[in-house]
Amino acid sequence: MALSGVEIFKLLPKTNCKKCGHPTCLAFAMKLAQRQASLDSCPDVSEEAKKVLGEASAPPIRAITIGSGDKAVKMGEETVLFRHDKKFVHPAAFAVEVKDTASADEIAALCSNVVGSEIDRVGQKLRIDAICITNASGDAGKFEAAAKTVAEKAAGVPVILNTTDAAAAEAAGKIFTGNKPVIYGANASNAEAMAAAAKNCKAILGVAANGLDELSELTEKVKGFGVEDIVMDSGARNSKEIIEHNTLIRRAAIKKGFKPFGYPVISFAQREDAMQEALVASVAVAKYAAIIVLSSMERWKNLALFTLRQNIYTDPQVPMQVEQKVYALGDVKPESPLFITTNFSLTYFIVSGEIENSKVPSRLAVMDCEGLSVLTAWAAGKFTASKIAQFITDSGIEKEIASKELIIPGYVAILSGSIEEKLPGWKITVGPREANALPAFLRSR
Amino acid sequence: MAFAAPKETYSGKVYSVTVGTGDKAVTFGGENVLSFHSFEGSTPNRPLIAFEIQDIPPADWPENVQKPYAAVSGDPVTWAKYCQDELNARAVALRLVGTHPDRENRSPEDAVKTVKDVLAAINIPLIILGSNHSEKDTSVLIAVAEAAKDKNCIIGKAQESNYKTIAAAAMANNHKLVAMSELDINLSKQLNILITQMGFDKERLITDPMCSALGYGLEYTYSVMERIRLAALTQNDVTMQQPMMGDVGMYVWKVKETQAAEADLPHWGSTEERGILWEAETATALLIAGAELLIMRHPRAVAAVEKVIDELV
Repeated sequence: MALSGVEIFKLLPKTNCKKCGHPTCLAFAMKLAQRQASLDSCPDVSEEAKKVLGEASAPPIRAITIGSGDKAVKMGEETVLFRHDKKFVHPAAFAVEVKDTASADEIAALCSNVVGSEIDRVGQKLRIDAICITNASGDAGKFEAAAKTVAEKAAGVPVILNTTDAAAAEAAGKIFTGNKPVIYGANASNAEAMAAAAKNCKAILGVAANGLDELSELTEKVKGFGVEDIVMDSGARNSKEIIEHNTLIRRAAIKKGFKPFGYPVISFAQREDAMQEALVASVAVAKYAAIIVLSSMERWKNLALFTLRQNIYTDPQVPMQVEQKVYALGDVKPESPLFITTNFSLTYFIVSGEIENSKVPSRLAVMDCEGLSVLTAWAAGKFTASKIAQFITDSGIEKEIASKELIIPGYVAILSGSIEEKLPGWKITVGPREANALPAFLRSR
Repeated sequence: MAFAAPKETYSGKVYSVTVGTGDKAVTFGGENVLSFHSFEGSTPNRPLIAFEIQDIPPADWPENVQKPYAAVSGDPVTWAKYCQDELNARAVALRLVGTHPDRENRSPEDAVKTVKDVLAAINIPLIILGSNHSEKDTSVLIAVAEAAKDKNCIIGKAQESNYKTIAAAAMANNHKLVAMSELDINLSKQLNILITQMGFDKERLITDPMCSALGYGLEYTYSVMERIRLAALTQNDVTMQQPMMGDVGMYVWKVKETQAAEADLPHWGSTEERGILWEAETATALLIAGAELLIMRHPRAVAAVEKVIDELV
């Protein structure tokens, strides 16, 4: 947990030697507390102070990466409880479970679904991030065989090896050495052997507890065996427990600096019914899970879960933007109308949605205004007559359309004259102020 | 290091609101903690989901959500009874969309008749919503509030442009009132203050901070709701302690993901399942953010959310 300036001051030499560039040790301590100075600037600081301050400045939730290469997933490093305070840092990873009781063909089919699960939404590539191989057979040989199939058919996809058998974990883990798997299943009775297996495979260790008290003992215990990278399962299985446990874990780690809970959380959301599973997983997305294990990956379910994750993990300070270009909505013809708006993603979604609802094929020119909405962009000088004229000219759209008419948002009606001046030969039409009036506007044309 | 659960106790509390009359009256709100945080405080009431019906056939709804009501939606009375008797609805929300000037432009008298007929046919609570045309809603909602006098309905939505007359009508006829503002915690607070300054009881208000669908600004509604709820609990701000409403169905069933055919977008999977989940997931996210009252359309989406609420309470 972060220390206050006064707490840091107590650890400094208190000589006011000014070698750090600050007039007094207290002034330096204040800068350290605000993270505007580095302890390295003090030549006389004690080893003891370095250790204490170093621990205090470590992130409250350890940064962990599962997998390697371009499919690696980062987790941890979260700093807040509510997304309006600051961006949630690393979007939760979705892992789909495959049991080693499935046939090799079934496992291969699942792998190809995982590999093919990627969807592009608002410029982000979203996918099922990992595969959780469960040792449902209880047989080490079957587990290893399943792991081999996954390694071959879903090469590079991060894996979670779910077993309480340390020997089986190690045998399977060896297949993924260098690809940072999670070995999940360390509990009070097998912790030492599982910790050794994780270390031997350079894996992350997943601890499985029954409640929060046991969880805190367990992470301390495996840390004592030399494991640094840990993911935590509190035993929460229903939505209520997921909210309770994940909230208490996040609070303890961030607000109390409780080190035993300073690791990412894995939540299990599997249900027989895919719809229900999606809703339990939604609760976990909203409430702090770093990995969410699912039992299936219907495409409709993936799309909804990916979208929720994207919404929750959007930076509240930076508006979502869509790519600048002329979008074709519906089966456009040369005579289809041409609209222009800004690239704030909500503006784009709402305007394009209303145009699509109108069933009148149209072109929508989306101009880069750094993600601002129409009025804000206009006020900020980013949605001006000359910039609009430049964009329309550069887009080359006039070659594709029958009549040079551009429909501008009603809120910037004031720009119509000056755009006409800057775009000779074009007719500028003022559209409605609100997107919901677009269908009526299009019908009346 | 022994673990001491960092539980929070808050100074504020959400008002509980009761709607309807007799044995079928329903109470929601009343908690003194964040949503479903029963481990650290009191969450006495289950959130309420109302089935949305409307005064005219739902020709503008996507086919997959029209289908479940195909046999009953020609008439709002049959539709309301179907929700109550066959779908075990705990409440019905009647949207008078046919009164909108761009739609059928039905008169306030038409709306009164519909409301009276629906009220006579059901005994579960009724939520009466206008067509969201600020001017027309004024005349329509005044008339229906009077027609539903003492039935303890929820009337909505009062907005900055029309709250005075609508709030007065709700007050005179003993109804609860939805106050809607557009995705801004300060606007929401300001509207609550304006309405209560008229003498409207703050404990009879419901806040609608404006809904958005999954993928279409849900994060804005989500965070505004979280912030309103935190202000209610941590700052004990009496102007923000109203239960919150999510008008989910209307926003969800117009986005592309609830309609696009699987044939056109095979990587999006089944259109029907996708639409239902889109509604259920939007609703679930808003429940987590703080909503206590949801207006929804698809029976399967409602059933799925009720099931997740069973897990949460």
